[in-house]
Amino acid sequence: MFLYILKRVLATIPVMVIVAIFVFLLLRLTPGDPAAILAGDAATPAQLERIRERLGLNDPLLTQFITWMGQLLRGDLGTSLLSNTSVAGMLADRLGPTINIALMTIVISVVMAVPMGVIAAWRHRTWVDFLVMSFSVLGFSVPVFVIGYILIQIFAIDLRWVPVQGYKSPADGFGAFFSRAILPSLTLATIYIALIARMTRASMLEVLGEDYIRTARAKGVRENVVLFRHALRNAAVPILTIIGTGFALLISGVVVTESVFNIPGIGRLTVDAILARDYPVIQAMILLTAGIYVFVNLLVDISYSFFDPRIRY
Amino acid sequence: MTEIPTSRHSAFQVLTGLFSLPAGARIGIGPMIAAVILLIIVLASVLAPLYVPYNPLSMDALSRLKPPSEAHWLGTDPYGRDTFSRVMTGGRVSLLIGVGAAVVSVAVGLMIGLVAGFFRAADGVIMRIMDSLMAIPAILLAIALVALNGPSLSSVIIAITVPEVPRVVRLVRSVVLSAREEPYVEAAIALGSSMPKILIQHLMPNTFAPLIVQGTYICASAILIEAILSFLGAGVSTEIPTWGNIMAEGRTYFQIKPGLIFWPGLMLSLCILAINLLGDTARDLLDPRMKKREG
Amino acid sequence: MEFKSKDFTDSRRVLKIRKLKVGLTGRPNAAPVLNEIDLDIRAGETHCLVGESGSGKSVTSLAVMGLLPKDALEIQGGLIDLEGVEITYAKPSVMRALRARRIAMIFQEPMTALNPVLRVGEQIEEVLNMHTDLSQAEAKKRTLDMMEQVHLPDVDRIYQAFPHQLSGGQRQRIMIAMALILDPDLLIADEPTTALDVTTQLQILRLIAEMQERHGTAVLFITHDMGVVAEIADTVSVMQKGRIVERAPIRDLLTNPQEDYTKKLLMAVPNLAPRAARAPATAKDVIIVKGLDMTYGGGGFLRRSEGVKAARDVNFTIKPGRTLGIVGESGSGKSTVARCIMRLIDPTAGKVSVAGTEIAQLSRRQLQPYRKHLQIVFQDPYRSLNPRWTVARSLCEGPINFGTSKEEAMDKAAELMELVDLPRDALDRYPHQFSGGQRQRIAIARAVAMKPDLLVADEAVSALDVSVQAQVLDLLDDIQDKFGVAMLFITHDLRVAAQICDEVLVMQKGLVVEHGPADEVLSNPRHDYTRTLIEAAPGRHWDFANFRAMERVPALKGATA
Repeated sequence: MFLYILKRVLATIPVMVIVAIFVFLLLRLTPGDPAAILAGDAATPAQLERIRERLGLNDPLLTQFITWMGQLLRGDLGTSLLSNTSVAGMLADRLGPTINIALMTIVISVVMAVPMGVIAAWRHRTWVDFLVMSFSVLGFSVPVFVIGYILIQIFAIDLRWVPVQGYKSPADGFGAFFSRAILPSLTLATIYIALIARMTRASMLEVLGEDYIRTARAKGVRENVVLFRHALRNAAVPILTIIGTGFALLISGVVVTESVFNIPGIGRLTVDAILARDYPVIQAMILLTAGIYVFVNLLVDISYSFFDPRIRY
Repeated sequence: MTEIPTSRHSAFQVLTGLFSLPAGARIGIGPMIAAVILLIIVLASVLAPLYVPYNPLSMDALSRLKPPSEAHWLGTDPYGRDTFSRVMTGGRVSLLIGVGAAVVSVAVGLMIGLVAGFFRAADGVIMRIMDSLMAIPAILLAIALVALNGPSLSSVIIAITVPEVPRVVRLVRSVVLSAREEPYVEAAIALGSSMPKILIQHLMPNTFAPLIVQGTYICASAILIEAILSFLGAGVSTEIPTWGNIMAEGRTYFQIKPGLIFWPGLMLSLCILAINLLGDTARDLLDPRMKKREG
Repeated sequence: MEFKSKDFTDSRRVLKIRKLKVGLTGRPNAAPVLNEIDLDIRAGETHCLVGESGSGKSVTSLAVMGLLPKDALEIQGGLIDLEGVEITYAKPSVMRALRARRIAMIFQEPMTALNPVLRVGEQIEEVLNMHTDLSQAEAKKRTLDMMEQVHLPDVDRIYQAFPHQLSGGQRQRIMIAMALILDPDLLIADEPTTALDVTTQLQILRLIAEMQERHGTAVLFITHDMGVVAEIADTVSVMQKGRIVERAPIRDLLTNPQEDYTKKLLMAVPNLAPRAARAPATAKDVIIVKGLDMTYGGGGFLRRSEGVKAARDVNFTIKPGRTLGIVGESGSGKSTVARCIMRLIDPTAGKVSVAGTEIAQLSRRQLQPYRKHLQIVFQDPYRSLNPRWTVARSLCEGPINFGTSKEEAMDKAAELMELVDLPRDALDRYPHQFSGGQRQRIAIARAVAMKPDLLVADEAVSALDVSVQAQVLDLLDDIQDKFGVAMLFITHDLRVAAQICDEVLVMQKGLVVEHGPADEVLSNPRHDYTRTLIEAAPGRHWDFANFRAMERVPALKGATA
């Protein structure tokens, strides 16, 4: 078991290295002078030179790469072109709100989506199934910001249950945090619920057709026990997988949701960076989110063996 | 019969299989409605220049943010442009991006996936690279590309395609890996068929059905991502009306004139909903287990 | 041969079925799946329901259990009566209470019938938790006790095991323990030994008999295997197309069958008397295999593993027009040998000479010209033809690879259809339009189209019903006569081997344990393992096709079964 975890951890290294190379090449292989692009049309030669120096664009490609990787390994993500402050520091300052919202989203999603999927599969081809699937297709089809605006209109503007925008940390009181975090979390959760519910249903449908489900029924086992003890654990691996790969959607959603709800997280930071063409920040965000994605999927991989004893390494 | 059917024949059959229903399978009313809605949206978008009452780009300082009226069915935007004309024209670029991203992802993914599935030596390296690309969120990649290359259609399509290709590759690879264990493939080896022949004639046709399904999902998600990118200011140039651009511009005026987000949002959602529903229908029809049941 | 002959007329009637009709859900006027089924089973009796695939055996058992798939099948008439209580349309809650307590069931595939993520002990214990008020400790004690009754070794360890950690036989023992722990009146066994090796099958059949003896359980045993029927049945019902065509005590059925269908079924069962070896051909060997070794796996990055030795030091030769059979149980390495010779896998060591050339070590490209000398027919007729290709295209693939023109290949394909007794217009059809037996004929035609020197048949008749199996074996015989092709016949079924092989090679765990003329190996085996295999073959004392006992019983020593 330990050996397996070690193997999996080691396997993430090449993945992250390839991501880093990709990000590195993205800037260097851009046609034209990247410094000119980043500086904008009104840049003076002195400004251009400053950007080149900052990004190390004057050295040969290999030297650039080695220096850059060296900095990365030391946790140095460069400095912002805009504010001249360390990008790593900027990210660290903004990480808190994003993590809190993301955690809340995941909890809401899993708690709602898994039972929805199980019931839809159990009541296959009935109105319950139809309802769950309709919600699921709808969740995929409405852009996340539209959902955000609809929720704001209903719960903040019409009903006045919660503030329209803004963010308070849980340290300022859980009520203040919760009332501001609930709408963005629900917004983000919509597509995630759609995804997980759909996969849960599909996976459960497959498992419910298996011989051992028939065996369980032949033993006179009650239906709820059949569903949750016999079927759900067998259906777990694809569900976990989709929770892991769906994390990419969540990351994208964070960027949008934070700007809709005006939350000072890393998503907002990114949107601000687009407008200013602050490339070091964008680059750091890609590395960070890819890292988080890889880490979450590592956890998912390791958790498989907890649900399925056949997966032993 | 003098001619032996070629492999194109079977590809064609897979495609027509989509439309000629297997015996016993019934298509519900839902997918029918979805098909009609999609057809209307596509026709309305493609033919928009022929019937919209205004040039979607022409500004009119005198009629800014007008409510719906006889002259402007859906009112006007902050620059006095006719919202109806813009929404109907906006579908053209959105659909183009959807179809473009789907075609490019499927084509590139199919080629890489076939290689990964059939050549053990290449498999490890290819799959590590694919894992890496999957870890990069489409939206952030698009942001980076737009920051470097400026806003353009190709930046958006590339950004959407890069994280989708690995999903297609995984799909194709898994289909090829399971198909190559089939006795009929082993029989072909015993009959002395060459590897490229086996790959193209025996294995590749197995991937078409799942790829059609996957393609529709990519198309839907590409249209959605385009909207999000435009909303964030990282989409195609604001000169071009797209559903995403129209919504992005309407953002500031959300409280005064929700129609600027509502109408393009409705068109976009209906369109994606229809594509997703058709994708689901295709998947159900092409599901091998369904086929087994009829056989 | 000794048949069971106990009279059950005075015993308590456990199950009574009258005029049972099962049809497609919501379509009472469509052709019924089961029609007019009558069945009686009394306490202590073993009633065998025998028939070919699609005859409705399993549907009957599911109907009794109340486990018909609701959206596909429903009971449309008749009566099912368990111990005097009608359960035809019983409510789900009522049926749930009856299952495991009064009626229990075991299934064909013990791997898929057990839940892979729960410990087997828990799965047995669950029955007690559902139906009794026993405390945790009592339930566990009773579970362990039951596991001992079904002769599982080391029950404390196995209690904690997951299904994938057990052998097929052990899994079926777990299923039996689970079914019988509450001492039900009726046990339904749906092909419970079909997926098992013949030696394991014998043990499981004995276990069921022992449990039945001890508890007086009535057993409804569903099988397609007449040999098994001969061993265990008190009474037999023969099913065909959803009807019971004949019902009789076992001895009457086997000695004096009344219905044509029953006769046909019995006559198709090959007997265990080996064919006389045909005159040794003088021509030189078609294939020479020397010291063939195949080791799977091995190496490994972090942990060096030994690898699995699937075949070790296999030697044989085959002459034109003669058939060598490789027999063995699962995991014996028999299929590995076939795949090595076909070069579908690369042997670790050894020599394979075909057409005077050593091919075991050739690269894929160098091998290409020699492919035509060797052809193979696989087990599963549903997967051995490309479902997207017409029959014509499949038949032409090989010849075109070797330079035949399309027209010529098509002409040849038409001839081949005649050879395998299929209509010419079948060429334009797709595989799904054919039955399993017909598909196997097409696969044979595809192999023969290459005019091979050696035809490898890898369990080529194992997936077929017994009547179809007999036809396909006849076809193979014809082809051998006509073309003088040598055949390597891989099978787990000694009856089939006896019927078709000149020579037999017995494999166990990768090793060849015995090799000689079929007549000698099967009548007078020298190796213990061969003897065990022969003795485990059910119904080996009976000559089904001639409705009488075997004249010459194979395996003289230690015959007990």
